[in-house]
Amino acid sequence: MSALSLRGVGKVFNPGSDQEVQAVHGVDLSVERGEFISVIGPSGCGKSTLLRLIGDLTPPSSGTVSVNGKTPARARLDRDYGMVFQSATLLEWRRVAANVELPLEIMGMDAAERSRQAAAMLGLVQLDRFANHYPWQLSGGMQQRVAIARALAFKPSILLMDEPFGALDEMTRERMQSELLRIRAETGTTVVFVTHSIPEAVFLSTRVVIMSPRPGTITEVVDIDLPEPRSDDTREDQRFFELLTDVREGLRAVEDS
Amino acid sequence: MSPNARRLLSFLGILAVLIAMWEGYKWMGTATGGVWPGTGIGLPVRTNERSMPHTWDVVIALLRPARRGGEMLLLVLVRAALFTWRSALLGFVLGSAVGFGLGVLFVRSALAERGLMPHVVASQTVPILAIAPILVVWAGRLNVTRWLVVAVVSAYLAFFPVAINTLRGLRSPDATASELMRSYAATPNQVLWKLQVPAALPYLFPALKIAATASIIGAIVGELPASMPDGLGRAILNFAAAFSAAPEKLFASILVASMVGIGFVGVVVLAERILIPPSRRLEDLGEAAGQRGGRLKEVVA
Repeated sequence: MSALSLRGVGKVFNPGSDQEVQAVHGVDLSVERGEFISVIGPSGCGKSTLLRLIGDLTPPSSGTVSVNGKTPARARLDRDYGMVFQSATLLEWRRVAANVELPLEIMGMDAAERSRQAAAMLGLVQLDRFANHYPWQLSGGMQQRVAIARALAFKPSILLMDEPFGALDEMTRERMQSELLRIRAETGTTVVFVTHSIPEAVFLSTRVVIMSPRPGTITEVVDIDLPEPRSDDTREDQRFFELLTDVREGLRAVEDS
Repeated sequence: MSPNARRLLSFLGILAVLIAMWEGYKWMGTATGGVWPGTGIGLPVRTNERSMPHTWDVVIALLRPARRGGEMLLLVLVRAALFTWRSALLGFVLGSAVGFGLGVLFVRSALAERGLMPHVVASQTVPILAIAPILVVWAGRLNVTRWLVVAVVSAYLAFFPVAINTLRGLRSPDATASELMRSYAATPNQVLWKLQVPAALPYLFPALKIAATASIIGAIVGELPASMPDGLGRAILNFAAAFSAAPEKLFASILVASMVGIGFVGVVVLAERILIPPSRRLEDLGEAAGQRGGRLKEVVA
């Protein structure tokens, strides 16, 4: 059973009105457990909408989405999803550790286990020393690491990330990418990652999915066969540059059409 | 200089300016015979002792007996103020609770908001002077203690700002925060208590300050049709009737009534300081709108 399976998935906003928009159309995609899939495409190609369809934040207009063999709604209620957005969206009145504990509190985990789990997650993102800080005392990159710790706190089987590093500077961004690879190696989580950075997509992924706009659909899937484990040296690898070119050409074909 | 010292100093400075303006105007009117200097145009307010007593006469009146051989006016007024404040406090608590409840109801149900909101707004356009006697008569049939009836009149004025700002505060979290809660499969109650209510607290306190002052106005006005002899309402009415004979007594009651209001708001400010860290405090509602709007823009960008 694949971790994620989409069959003919489409999404129409404002159907029947003069503002009708076909955001996603006829998407077929199958993701195996432990894969890291990046979805890349120009603005307005429906990549965020695709992520929201998978995460049951909006229902599809056509086709079926299946997560671990379940409907997205069932998967959400079973807490199969961890979500990270471009803004960290930490609750400003809670300290860092309490932010990580939030989903565990909602699950009804008892206090001792909760704080143990939060401490472990903060260790994973290397923010142990900041457990008692408030979010505003942290840099943007650190806030985003807290958001990742929070998303992983209840051990979801799929991590959905919508341009999580989009607001960070280039250096922080590369460091966060390495962090994310390390975290994934440790947890084995399946990741669906929306981005519009080509190097980011290539560096992180096992496969890169290229989407085109109007209507948003998959035009190409590029297998990323970079040697494992990946490190900063990977960014200098000959194969890395070839794959960048492949993805770039795939995107250019989209823009020309 | 510490911020508190600076605040006290600016308060005293402004007080001094206000007193100087009052006395200056009075001095000018006395000197010119009641006209603007160099013109024949009369001053809007007469400056004789019957219309505008000296500020120090007001203070002196507070320290003199209220009536011949009786207690000091200050004592009489403070006792009346405490009596009124009891109704106001209960009205404030009742009104705030009802306002908060309405805010929660409205955020939960668009239907309730659409149906009830016009009535809530209309309730505040009806003069409290008309509502108070009705409530007093109705409650009188129920054999309720009269100061409780006064508290209801007070609550009638207090609930409105709390309802409006609670609703606004409950709606303040970003869409992404709500989506996160959705991804955790949180129940509506969990979303309310873990996300919406904490987010609403900075919006709630400015409303509670308004409710605190409104509850005192409500209590003073409510005391009149309830014919309560012991509160500020009756004292103000009596001194107003005797205004031309002893205007300083009415001004003294206004002074005491405003002290009660300031004290009440002070308690709310203290609670805010304890409950809300400085980074989350909103000084006024305009700032609240600006700050949240700015954040929303960041997220959209």
